[in-house]
Amino acid sequence: MIGLEKIHGNDSDDNRQFLTFRLAGEEYGVGILSVQEIRGWSAVTAIPHAPQWLLGVINLRGVVVPIIDLRVRLGFQRVETSDSTVVIILNVNARVVGVVVDAVSDVITLSGSQIKPPPSLGHHANTSHIIGFGTLDDRMRILLDVERLLAATDLAVASPILQE
Amino acid sequence: MTLDLAQFHETFFAESFEALDSMESALLKLSAGDADSELVNTIFRVAHSIKGGSATFGFSDIAAFTHTLETLLDQMRSGKRRVDATLVDTLLRSGDVMREMLGATQQKQPTDKARVAALHAEIEKIMATPAAAAALPASAHGAAPVPAAPAHTPDADARSGWRIQFAPGPKLLRHGNDPARLLRELATLGPCVVRVDAKFIPPLVDLDPEVCRFTWSIELQAPVKEAAIRSVFDWVEGECELSLEAFGAAATVPEAAPAAATASSVTPPIPHLQEEPRAAEATAVPTASVAPPAGGATTGAASTDGGSIRVGIEKIDELLNSVGELVITQSVLSQLAAPLTGHDAEELRNALGQLERHMRSLQESVMRVRMLPISVVFNRFPRLVRDLGQRLGKKIELRLLGEATELDKTVLEKIGDPLVHLVRNAIDHGIETPEARLASGKSAHGFIELNAYHKGGNVVVEVTDDGGGLRRERILAKARERGLVGPEEELSEERIFNLIFAPGFSTADVVSDVSGRGVGMDVVKRNINELGGHVQIHSSAGKGSTVRIRLPLTLAILDGQLARVGSEVYVVPIVSIVETIQVRQELVSSIGARAQVFRLRDDYLPIVRLYDLFGVEPQHTDLLDGLLMIVEADGNRVGLFVDELMSQQQVVIKSLESNFRPVVGLQGATMLGDGRVALILDIPGVIARFQSQEARRKSAQRAA
Repeated sequence: MIGLEKIHGNDSDDNRQFLTFRLAGEEYGVGILSVQEIRGWSAVTAIPHAPQWLLGVINLRGVVVPIIDLRVRLGFQRVETSDSTVVIILNVNARVVGVVVDAVSDVITLSGSQIKPPPSLGHHANTSHIIGFGTLDDRMRILLDVERLLAATDLAVASPILQE
Repeated sequence: MTLDLAQFHETFFAESFEALDSMESALLKLSAGDADSELVNTIFRVAHSIKGGSATFGFSDIAAFTHTLETLLDQMRSGKRRVDATLVDTLLRSGDVMREMLGATQQKQPTDKARVAALHAEIEKIMATPAAAAALPASAHGAAPVPAAPAHTPDADARSGWRIQFAPGPKLLRHGNDPARLLRELATLGPCVVRVDAKFIPPLVDLDPEVCRFTWSIELQAPVKEAAIRSVFDWVEGECELSLEAFGAAATVPEAAPAAATASSVTPPIPHLQEEPRAAEATAVPTASVAPPAGGATTGAASTDGGSIRVGIEKIDELLNSVGELVITQSVLSQLAAPLTGHDAEELRNALGQLERHMRSLQESVMRVRMLPISVVFNRFPRLVRDLGQRLGKKIELRLLGEATELDKTVLEKIGDPLVHLVRNAIDHGIETPEARLASGKSAHGFIELNAYHKGGNVVVEVTDDGGGLRRERILAKARERGLVGPEEELSEERIFNLIFAPGFSTADVVSDVSGRGVGMDVVKRNINELGGHVQIHSSAGKGSTVRIRLPLTLAILDGQLARVGSEVYVVPIVSIVETIQVRQELVSSIGARAQVFRLRDDYLPIVRLYDLFGVEPQHTDLLDGLLMIVEADGNRVGLFVDELMSQQQVVIKSLESNFRPVVGLQGATMLGDGRVALILDIPGVIARFQSQEARRKSAQRAA
């Protein structure tokens, strides 16, 4: 970590690492500590009457893991999955969930001062699942709050999805 | 070295609760007047280890109470106090109080001090009354025991003292025992002259600081009982050489020898104590060679508790997961090898076949790890039957059969309460009073039998009583009264008996505090159904009833029928399937535009199209092309339309909730041989979902 401190001239406590990925032309980042693994696409089993953004579930070494289409979740157009589709397996509060993204880019380290809080966009966009915007090398990444994102996908809500 | 004792608390509580259970069952086996030495010893050991543990952890009120109890037990153990019904009763209640105190301490709640004090006083009162037994003449003129310390009661005919040789074994210190503490404790019995012998201390280079090389000879100048001295050394039993020799008056009193002989037949530790003086004399070197009899005794004790270890359930589940993955990998390998040709391919397939057999046995062994004998549940019944029988003035004999039958831990945990309920019912409603029984030509003693056995991949648990049996007229009348059954309706015997599982149903005239409120049987049935089990009742008037519960061996595995709808594969629990049929046109009738029913013999069943319900693309939409699975849940039967049936297989159930959320109509998911996830249908949920969909459709039609 000494090297990083030198690079950013900052307290290492303040440094956070993010896994960045591409989605619909933008670059996003999630906290590296919530990433369990990255894997290729494998066929999912659809859950009846699940919301649009839930593609289905897969078998991840004996654990049933729901797979979320992050494009749909963030309001973009759905893209057909292919062999090059990447799934980031996130582990938040002992809950394992996979998100489908266009491509994984890099791991970056940002200091606190490099992360700017999200501006209020009023009614145009809900920014509650965004930690902020991180700028490194003049490029901006949208940093997602994984915990909130997954909570907002209603995964944690106990009420059964099919209950009407 | 500072040690955080709190980390051991949970183990202490768990072990104490288990120990109390074994104490209780030993107490129940103790019949009046019969001081079965092994039983008394078991009880004593429990009290002793709880006392020791609670004192170590600083639970002083438990320690104080247990100490008094131990003193009383010691009198029983030494044959000074005869076992009678009142005593057993007090001891049983003491067990309860200890359990409560432990429970309260565990929960960090205050203990019920008044209750403890009352019982404490009761025990002291019992001890204050002269012991009735005359096994030892000594006790006849023995002074009244001093409460809280009667273990140290001097016998009146006064042995004037003991010479004690104490040589710690090599592991004594490593096991956390401190000889100095033992000596201090010994000194509380009376004035001691302690001589230490350091002749076995090796040169410094050879000295192992963790091995105690000192030996002690102690002259205890007090006429205490042998048992009192031995109890000081209880914790180091088998880890030291100990010899006791009485001197003075005791040595010359002729009855000392017979007394010792009596005692040795009562308590097993004594034989090795008697052996030890010889051993001590023979082996002057008290180091590595622990006296053989002592060593033998320790091994014996260890082997009786089965040499078990405590393992967290999540570790086992992890193991089970990995094994499940291995099974899948193995089947993928088999599939890959299938199309290969040539000599090598044949050998590969043979090897894979062998791998498969090994995998199966590995999977079975891992499953067995989760299995526990049903005696874990049965153990609570002797007490329950005894207490309840006493309260209701009924004489009941309980017979437990098949206690070694093994069941999955989760099933065991959930079957306890329903069984308790059934047994209470059998006692309250089934078994008649002794007078009524005699009048109808039966023995005054009622019989309740709990039987567990394996049958065809299931475990069957039966609760049988030889009481009055279910009164079917009465049940039917009550059911008509409550509108559960129409006035003209005739029911089969089985359906009448099943009425008692209806919520709120009771035929009891008087609501007792035991049962009769009509809550319970519905809960019993629901709990058992939740476990994937079935309940059946057989009863004949005047002769008694049998409630038969069929349970799956485990909740982790399910017998499933794979069924395909389009490209999706679903698992249907075999328990829910009645039959599967190919549809003939003439048996289907349409009601309105969409609803269809199917005639199965005399019944009309609604048809549930699974592809419609779950929104998947089917291969067939015409009923004649696919198959209809007749499934049943909660008395509702429907025909489930699927494209085709695939194999039947046991599947490992994975929860959807752990990473997702529960879904109505699905009870979980499983992994297929090719690694894909297949959803397991929950038939009651599927039916409920179908019904609500139909209801919505109808109201939509009405609105339109």
